[in-house]
Amino acid sequence: MQVHKYDVVIVGAGGAGMRAAIEAGQRAHTAVLTKLYPTRSHTGAAQGGMCAALANVEEDNWEWHTFDTVKGGDYLVDQDAAEVMAKEAIDAVLDLEKMGLPFNRTPEGRIDQRRFGGHTRDHGKAPVRRSCYAADRTGHMILQTLYQNCVKHNVEFYNEYYVLDLLMVDQEVTVDGETRLEKRVAGVVSYDLASGELHVFQAKSVVIASGGVGKVYKTTSNAHTLTGDGMGIAFRRGIPLEDMEFFQFHPTGLAGLGILLSEAARGEGAILRNSDGERFMERYAPTIKDLAPRDIVARSMANEVREGRGAGPNKDYVLLDLTHLEPAHIDAKLPDITEFARTYLGVEPYTEPVPVFPTAHYAMGGIPTNISAEVLSDNETVVPGLYAAGEVACVSVHGSNRLGTNSLLDINVFGKRAGLAAAEYALTADFVEIPENPTAETEALLDRARSSEGGERVAAIRKELQDIMDANVQVFRTEQTLLEALSVIDGLEERYTRITVQDKGKRFNLDLLEAVELGFLLDMAKVMTAAALHRQESRGGHFREDFPERDDENFMTHSMAYKDPSATRTSGVRLETKPVIFTRYEPMERKY
Amino acid sequence: MEKEPASKVELAPGVGGGGEIPTFDVTLKVRRYNPEISDEAHWDEWKLTMYGTDRVLDALHKVKWEHDGSVSFRRSCAHGVCGSDAMRINGRNRLACKTLLKDLDTSKPILVEPIKGLPVEKDLIVDMEPFFQSYREIMPFLISKGHSPTKERLQSAEERERYDDTTKCILCAACTSSCPVFWTDGQYFGPAAIVNAHRFIFDSRDDAGDMRLEILNDKEGVWRCRTTFNCTEACPRGIQVTKAISEVKQAILTRKI
Repeated sequence: MQVHKYDVVIVGAGGAGMRAAIEAGQRAHTAVLTKLYPTRSHTGAAQGGMCAALANVEEDNWEWHTFDTVKGGDYLVDQDAAEVMAKEAIDAVLDLEKMGLPFNRTPEGRIDQRRFGGHTRDHGKAPVRRSCYAADRTGHMILQTLYQNCVKHNVEFYNEYYVLDLLMVDQEVTVDGETRLEKRVAGVVSYDLASGELHVFQAKSVVIASGGVGKVYKTTSNAHTLTGDGMGIAFRRGIPLEDMEFFQFHPTGLAGLGILLSEAARGEGAILRNSDGERFMERYAPTIKDLAPRDIVARSMANEVREGRGAGPNKDYVLLDLTHLEPAHIDAKLPDITEFARTYLGVEPYTEPVPVFPTAHYAMGGIPTNISAEVLSDNETVVPGLYAAGEVACVSVHGSNRLGTNSLLDINVFGKRAGLAAAEYALTADFVEIPENPTAETEALLDRARSSEGGERVAAIRKELQDIMDANVQVFRTEQTLLEALSVIDGLEERYTRITVQDKGKRFNLDLLEAVELGFLLDMAKVMTAAALHRQESRGGHFREDFPERDDENFMTHSMAYKDPSATRTSGVRLETKPVIFTRYEPMERKY
Repeated sequence: MEKEPASKVELAPGVGGGGEIPTFDVTLKVRRYNPEISDEAHWDEWKLTMYGTDRVLDALHKVKWEHDGSVSFRRSCAHGVCGSDAMRINGRNRLACKTLLKDLDTSKPILVEPIKGLPVEKDLIVDMEPFFQSYREIMPFLISKGHSPTKERLQSAEERERYDDTTKCILCAACTSSCPVFWTDGQYFGPAAIVNAHRFIFDSRDDAGDMRLEILNDKEGVWRCRTTFNCTEACPRGIQVTKAISEVKQAILTRKI
C-alpha cells in the first residue's frame, strides 16, 4: 500500500473535475484521480450547447434563465443555486472562450447562440436563442479545452486509478461549550488498474466529480463506465443522497440503441412525428411544441407509443423529422448526430425521418451540496473539506427535471466553485489523521469479489437489473412496479454475493472492476427505486400513474435517502425530506 | 429561417424500418497477451451469434461477459466519441464501437489486435503514455499575448472554419499507431500531435504558432512524415490528417499561417 499526500484530491476528470482542477491546481498541491483517461470522460459526449444569457443574438437576461431553470425543474429547484448558476453562466462561457474553446460564431464574430428546450424569452413567451455551442460537439470541445488547460497548468493526473472508498472519521469538536462528533474527510482509497495495488491519498480537501449512474438502465445514452461510483462511496459512508427518484429520459435516443441525438436537432428546427405523420407535440405543449422540456417530450412520446401511434413494424418508436431542413444547414450545425443515424441505423436524415425513443440520460439527484459545493451530511451540516460537483452532486439546480444545456453549465459553474473552495479550505486546514487500517474495507470488498466462487455471472446480474429498471422505473411508475423492482433488486443482490470473477490476475483486471461497479449499480438502483416509491406525486421526471398530479402540500420537498438497514420495507434505504429554497418564484402550474 | 413544418404529413410506407433484426454467426479472433501468465502472445477464437446492428465492441463484450472474463480492452462511450477503443481490426485501425460487424467480411474470422507502436500491457490494452507525451510537447493549449478582453475575443466564421477539421480529434491514437514511421521510430511526434498543433497554429486567437512550428521543425517533427495517408484512412472522425500535416509543413517553409 502506498500513501500519497495532497492538499486537494479530485475524484473524476470530466468537466466538473477538470474545471475544479484548473482552479485548485493553481492554488494548492492538487491531484486528479480518474478510472479512465481524462479525455474519455462522458462530458465529451454532450452535444447541444451551454446556455448563458449573453444576449449575442437577441434580447435575454440571466433572470429569465433562472426562471426557466426553476420552472423546468417543476419548482423543486433550490432558487438560490439556480440564480448563482444563471448569473455565473455568462462568465463561465467567457472563461471557456478565453481558454480557447472554438465556439461557433455569429457574422459579427461573437459567440453564436441557438434555441434549446425550455429556454424562453420573458418567462415562457417564446423560445429564446441562449445556447452557446460548437456544432453538435460542444461537450467534446469543453472536455478537450479543459484538458488542454490542465496540461497548461501542469495538473497532476493519476489515470486509471479507481477510487473505491472515502476515508471519513468522526472528530470531536467543541462549539459554544458543547462537544459533539463531526464527520471529517481524511482522504480516499484508490485501486490502480494497471498494477492492482491500492493507494491511499491523504488530502485536506476531497472533491467528488465522478459523474452519473446511467448504467442502471438498459437503454441509455450513458457510457459503460457511468456506474454511480462516487454516489456509492459517499452513500456507503453515511452521506445521504438527494432527489434520486428524478432521472431524466432524453427524448431522442436512437431507437433500440439509446445513442443520443441532441436536442439541438429540435433547436435547429427538427420535429417529432408519430405513425400518422402527425406533429404530436402540438397537442401536448401548444406554445413551444417540440421545444418543451425533456420530461414532457419524453412522456408524450411514450404516450403516443402506448396509445398505438408508434411507428415501425412493432410500433415502438416515433420519428424525428429533419427532412424539411436544408442539408447544408444540417451539415453545418448537426454533423455528428446525423452521422450517428447513418452509421448505426443506416438512415439518411436528409431524406428520411429517424427512429427515436427516450433514453436514460441524466441523474438530477446526487450527493447534497450547498452553493459553495460543500457536501452536506444531513439537511444542514457541512462535512468540512468534502466537496461535490457535476452530475454526481445535487445542489439542486435541476430540481425534478434538468433543462437541456444546464448540465454543461452546472459542471463549469459548480466545478469552478468546488475547486476554489477546496483550495481555499486546504490552505487553512490541517490534514485529518488517516484512520488505522485505511484500506481494510476496500480489501474486504475486493477479496469478496475475487474469492467468491458461486458461479453467478456479473454480466447476467447486471442485465437483469437493467431490464427491471427499464421496465419498472422508467418514464411511467406505480407503487406496484416499484415494489416489484425492489424485490427483484433484493434478489439480485443476494445473487451478487455468489459471483465468480474469472480473471484472477492483478494487471488490468477489468473483470474485477466490472464486479465492483455492479455493486454500486445495485446500491444506486435501490436508492432510486426507494425514493420513487416514497414520492407519491408526479413532478418533472418522476411520473406516478397512481398519483398523476403534483402535490405541493405534501411533496414540495427534496428527498434525502440514507443507508439504514432497519428500513426493511425499502430495502435498507431510509427516506427523509429537506425543504426547497425559494427566493423569488412562487410555484405555478407548469404549462408550455 | 425555415418556415414552420407541416402539422401532418403522409409518411412513406415502411418508414423508419426495424422489426426482426437478422442474426449471423461470426468467428472472432483476439490477440491475447498477459505477461503475468506468459511472455508469449497468442490468439484465442470464439464463434458467436450476433445481430445485424452489432459492432465489434458488442462481440468483444459478448466474449468477456459470456465466455472469458479475462479478455481485456478499454471502452467507455461506445459510440465513437471518447476514443478509448482504437484497435486493429482485420489489419486496419478502427474504433471497435464504430465498426459494424455486418460491414466486415464475416465469412472469415475477424482479427482483433492491439494498435501498433505502443507497448502492449495486456491483450488489447497498450501504454498510452508515450502518445500523450508527444501531445503535451506541442503545447496543446491556446497561448494569447496581450490583454484579455472583457467579453469574448472576436473570431469570424471563416477564421473559425480554418481549423475546424482538427478540433474533432478525440486522441484515440488510431492515426499515430497506423503510421509506419511511428512504428519504426517511437520518437516521431506522430500524426495526432501534429493535428493538435495544427488546431492551434491556425486558430486566429493564438499567438504561439511560431513556437509550435519550431518544435515541429525538429528532426522528429513533420519532416518524418512520408505521406502514406494511413493516418487519414484510420481517423474515425474523418479528419484530413495528411492534409493538416502538409499545411503545417507549408507553414514552416513560408512562416505564413
